[in-house]
Amino acid sequence: MSKAASAKECVAVVGIGQTKHVASRRDVSIAGLVREAAQRALEDAQLTWADIDAVVIGKAPDFFEGLMMPELYLADALGAVGKPMLRVHTAGSVGGSTALVASNLVASRVHRTVLTLAFEKQSESNAMWGLSLPIPFQQPLLAGAGGFFAPHVRAYMRRTGAPDTVGSLVAYKDRRNALKNPYAHLHEHDITLEKVQASPMLWDPIRYSETCPSSDGACAMILTDRAGAARSPQPPAWMHGGAMRSEPTMFAGKDFVSPQAGKDCAADVYRQAQIADPRREIDAVEMYVPFSWYEPMWLENLGFAAEGEGWKLTESGVTELDGDLPVNPSGGVLSTNPIGASGMIRFAEAALQVRGQAGEHQVEGARKALGHAYGGGAQFFSMWLVGAEPPTT
Amino acid sequence: MRYARDVAIVAFAQTDTLRRSDELSEVEMVMPVLHDVLRQTGLRSSDIGFTCSGSTDYLAGRAFSFTMALDGVGAWPPISESHVEMDGAWALYEAWVKILTGEADTALVYAYGKSSPGEVRDVLTRQLDPYYVAPLWPDSVALAALQAQALIDAGGTDEPALAAVAARSRTDASDNPHAQLKGSIPSGEYIVRPLRRGDCPPVGDGAAAVILAAGDRARDLCERPAWIRGMDHRIEPHSLGVRDLTDSPSTRLAAGRAGAFEAPLDTAELHAPFSSQEVVLRRSLNLNDSVRVNPSGGALAANPVMAAGLIRLGEAAARIHRGESDRALAHATSGPCLQQNLVAVLEGES
Repeated sequence: MSKAASAKECVAVVGIGQTKHVASRRDVSIAGLVREAAQRALEDAQLTWADIDAVVIGKAPDFFEGLMMPELYLADALGAVGKPMLRVHTAGSVGGSTALVASNLVASRVHRTVLTLAFEKQSESNAMWGLSLPIPFQQPLLAGAGGFFAPHVRAYMRRTGAPDTVGSLVAYKDRRNALKNPYAHLHEHDITLEKVQASPMLWDPIRYSETCPSSDGACAMILTDRAGAARSPQPPAWMHGGAMRSEPTMFAGKDFVSPQAGKDCAADVYRQAQIADPRREIDAVEMYVPFSWYEPMWLENLGFAAEGEGWKLTESGVTELDGDLPVNPSGGVLSTNPIGASGMIRFAEAALQVRGQAGEHQVEGARKALGHAYGGGAQFFSMWLVGAEPPTT
Repeated sequence: MRYARDVAIVAFAQTDTLRRSDELSEVEMVMPVLHDVLRQTGLRSSDIGFTCSGSTDYLAGRAFSFTMALDGVGAWPPISESHVEMDGAWALYEAWVKILTGEADTALVYAYGKSSPGEVRDVLTRQLDPYYVAPLWPDSVALAALQAQALIDAGGTDEPALAAVAARSRTDASDNPHAQLKGSIPSGEYIVRPLRRGDCPPVGDGAAAVILAAGDRARDLCERPAWIRGMDHRIEPHSLGVRDLTDSPSTRLAAGRAGAFEAPLDTAELHAPFSSQEVVLRRSLNLNDSVRVNPSGGALAANPVMAAGLIRLGEAAARIHRGESDRALAHATSGPCLQQNLVAVLEGES
């Protein structure tokens, strides 16, 4: 074996910027949209474009905007001219993966300060169409993502005996949390639990109000090393662990309810971050929940609850904003879904929490937070754990 | 720059590049090269620390096309894996950075592209500014012709010199069993003036794979590893109107950062799909006649989109593996008219 590499450089989040997510940003081009988020991240970090050494950009399929390899067109808008620019694409987990690729540039000491950004401008095209292009001899996604995931929700309900009211509780919570987040897409001021439960059934058991919207939006972060963090005008969020895991789309024995890749990814992050008991040691979770039932499912997959017990945490209010383990204080993917950016928003919102800068949706005293993303047929996972203090090792 | 660890390319495999491969799915195209690099190193997929691939949905004509190709890797139990929607050269870059962090000691990198199902000249127009340029459908050959004409107008080359580049590439490709076009090919009719048939790359399908390893692990896996002494990539403005098309400052900058100018090179594998682009790259890299350029035949002989850049890294490394090179430069490009460029410097230990 080679001599052990010198310890990794610490990675800190010193700037975060988001756009106000909406159904259609007709006032800006794609370039205008991403620049808005990037500029806000720079302002947050009190840095300029000249301080950025490299740009790492991510988004979900190019067909969503009808633009091939958009990093080429976006180089100018993101101040990347003369700099390295990487484009990551790992399906729905891409926002998280993009941040992790950027973090590796800092951790490896290849670059000191990196801008990472993810976006989706769904109004430019049609995501349902983008996911439905036929390919010979392959199973199409059935009537969009909901059709693919509904049977797995059914399997979860049957396996755990969860009452069919749990999904609507999650949606009701997330939509109320979104009211406290000025950047969230859906601001349903008149939301009630009854309205969620009365909304039309789309893919049984998933109701209309238990699904994510289609959003235009971008999210950017500035990642830097220890020296960069020391100059940060605002408290940094420190990265304690990050990991990606992938498994095939479908194979005999795949557990769609609780995929092994998700479990392994979380275990790797907890090992790096020296988390022994995630339920007690983690103060807030930003979890990728595009359909409400995925909250109890991921609570189990991520080790916050024993198998079959996730829905009990949700039902007892533990995951409410003022609960013991707040999940998606920002309103989550259920309230805001610019697909390619959704994972990065989870990572950024986790960072906002430990920086104490989440505003009205701040979890009081949050010191450690988990950002989580998944994609494809529940097969790609990316996660990071950030803390208010730098890692000790 | 000094990196935290020494990392080398220890194995390389590529498919034959074919004009059409209708009978093969992407998984079927990728699996043989994955098996080949694993066989060369004796590694099993479960031994690999990190996997990264490069491809583009727009060639496959469907979203998430890479998710099916992943099935060919044997991603079970779950693997640490990522994907760039770029040429595989950038996947190799991401994997190299991952190894530098110390989180992995080995990495499997692969890339593939099937251009045959569509019209790649049309497909590539979708890379352009979606509001002002893409609606006009200026194709990749027309844009390269603009660049070639600018170069000729600036006195940087002439048509006979371009024909000589094409002829040399295809003669060299005679020794490359994977090349699509081999032997002397007449420069042919104009495709878009001033570019003739011989100045343009063939359209083809292909895949490539590489294994990276750190330190002594690399020495265990390969008799003569191709050490990555430096690697960097840079991007230029997108709009052709704000670039000097006769120069490639991003290539020069990346090469400088990768240490290319610190000692003489004996080999350069340049990703120049058009003969005129080789002229631009040679000038940007100050390559003199003592440097063997594209002994594989280069992209003029085989240009599987998304894999052609990774193949340049692989071909340069393979020459070091075989003892035919001691210090080689490998280059990959992306975007219209050499917008984005990656340079790696590879060395063998004497």
